[in-house]
Amino acid sequence: MIMIFGIPAPLLFGQFLLGLINGAFYALLSLGLAVIFGMLGIINFAHGALFMVGAFAAWFLLHYLGVGYWGALVLAPLIVGVFGLLLERTTIRRLYGTDPVYGLLLTFGLALIIVGAFTNTFGSSGMPYQGPELLSGGYNLGFMFLPTYRGWVVVLSLVLCTGTWFVIEKTPIGARLRAATENASLVQAFGVNVSRMVSLTYAGGAALAAVAGVLAAPIYSVDPNMGSNLIITVFAVVVIGGMGSILGSIVAGFGLGVVEGLTEVFYPQASTTVVFLVMVIVLLIRPSGLFGRAA
Amino acid sequence: MAGGEAGAVTVGRIPAPWSLFGFSRTEAIGFAVLLAAIIVAPGVIYPIFVMKVLCFALFACAFNLLVGYAGLLSFGHAAYFGIGSYVAAWLVRYAGFDSGVAILIGGLAGGLLGLAFGTISIRRSGLQFAMITLALGQLVYFFCVEAPFTHGENGIQQVPRGRLFGLVDLHTDMAMYWVTAGIFLIFFLVVHRAIHSPFGQVLKAIRESEPRATSLGYSTDRYKLLAFVLSCAISGIAGATMAIVFGIATLTDVHFSMSGEVVLMTLVGGMGTIFGPIIGALVIVGIETYLAQFGDWVMISQGIVFVICVLVFRRGIVGEIAGRLRLAL
Repeated sequence: MIMIFGIPAPLLFGQFLLGLINGAFYALLSLGLAVIFGMLGIINFAHGALFMVGAFAAWFLLHYLGVGYWGALVLAPLIVGVFGLLLERTTIRRLYGTDPVYGLLLTFGLALIIVGAFTNTFGSSGMPYQGPELLSGGYNLGFMFLPTYRGWVVVLSLVLCTGTWFVIEKTPIGARLRAATENASLVQAFGVNVSRMVSLTYAGGAALAAVAGVLAAPIYSVDPNMGSNLIITVFAVVVIGGMGSILGSIVAGFGLGVVEGLTEVFYPQASTTVVFLVMVIVLLIRPSGLFGRAA
Repeated sequence: MAGGEAGAVTVGRIPAPWSLFGFSRTEAIGFAVLLAAIIVAPGVIYPIFVMKVLCFALFACAFNLLVGYAGLLSFGHAAYFGIGSYVAAWLVRYAGFDSGVAILIGGLAGGLLGLAFGTISIRRSGLQFAMITLALGQLVYFFCVEAPFTHGENGIQQVPRGRLFGLVDLHTDMAMYWVTAGIFLIFFLVVHRAIHSPFGQVLKAIRESEPRATSLGYSTDRYKLLAFVLSCAISGIAGATMAIVFGIATLTDVHFSMSGEVVLMTLVGGMGTIFGPIIGALVIVGIETYLAQFGDWVMISQGIVFVICVLVFRRGIVGEIAGRLRLAL
């Protein structure tokens, strides 16, 4: 058996893969946070709750309407996107122009309501969700075993991240979005409906969280608290990557997932804290984050 | 900067007795009402409940010093509250320390942790400060989950109340009550004194405009750090007192939902008001105690209160009343 640093290679690569998968979720969630922050100037504390609602939507679709995984992958983000649109139109909208900290507090409250309502209805024990037949099984790569579904999660997450980055940086829609981030009233004067763009941005961020939720459903069980702890780690990822940086959130997301996975091999006691320790180090060296612009 | 407040000592006049703590006349009346309420309360309401309110009220006052006067919203204050609670509980339970000494060391632990985390976090402000403090709080939470001395899920249980500085036996609820009330009042006055000192004035100046405070020659980071450490130390005292009162320190004390609760209490009562955090603690602990029998409704109700406060009630209960009556409370 091949050994690396005294650790069997399959174990090391296995943990590396687990790290990549966690990283895929960190990247998708922090990307959504970055997109929303860029446009709305708030940090969406409800992002973890929206992630959870996405997973639940997939579960509902399967158990009540018989819609399988592939259908859920399209429908759940749409449902959660509309839900996000409603949240933005009814509550978050009212806070524009106030201290952005109020946006954090409001979305924290919304998260409590959503998670509390789901816990009340479904209890806090997890419900299993079967992944698609097509992606069951796995490949033996010689040095490790790769479950097909996990590979799929990493690939789809990478595709979505690059896609979002492409839309924002390279397309006319993205150009308007970035322009509105710089100066909303000027863009409005050019005849762009900025208000609608803001709502759709929030809905888009919510939809990204929901995709992550559907992806997570077959790996972790579906339960109301699945997003609550994740979101705080994702906040640390956002701080490390640099607030509002799209590229930063993707790189930091995958990178920290891997760091966390490898810590599990070398010093398991620190695996839950390592992301936060990395954050401390990054803040001491580069206070605005790895990819952040200095304030 | 100095001496603009009502009730300040003026030459040629005998200062009013309350001006020692920077109380204005309305504040002195408010304080008298508070004092009366603390004395009457245990006769009317279950003392354990009042002690819980007092511990949380102290925690919220410490938190308010930071958010209301320095304009820094910490979302990880449970870390300092919880570490105070764990340290005091451990010292009394396993090292045979005196309860009073243990509470002071709990406060010291909160302050030292605050010094370390404050140095890292005060370099950023606003949303980033909130996210960094939240993440640091989670670091402490996971540390407490892993560290052997916290006894993981079980927590440190059956902590004897013991004696206060070897003098007062704390085993009866009433003795414990007066000690808790005393601790609360002492540190409430410390916070109040800090707010009304020149140091507090500089904090307010930083809150209103940090660049201007810098241009006046104040090294704003040092003021913010001092406020942070003071707030964390008093949070530690509050946590330590709570551990002695209830004889237990658990992961709940360091969990981020505890950080959320103290934000909620201060928001409901009124950020940047003197009596707001106390009213807020009373309201939130009251709601929780009443709704505890209905399971997860506590969480939903907290969420609803958050949303309502942020959308329509940003000044909080005391802030609203003070605004209507044009008073400083």
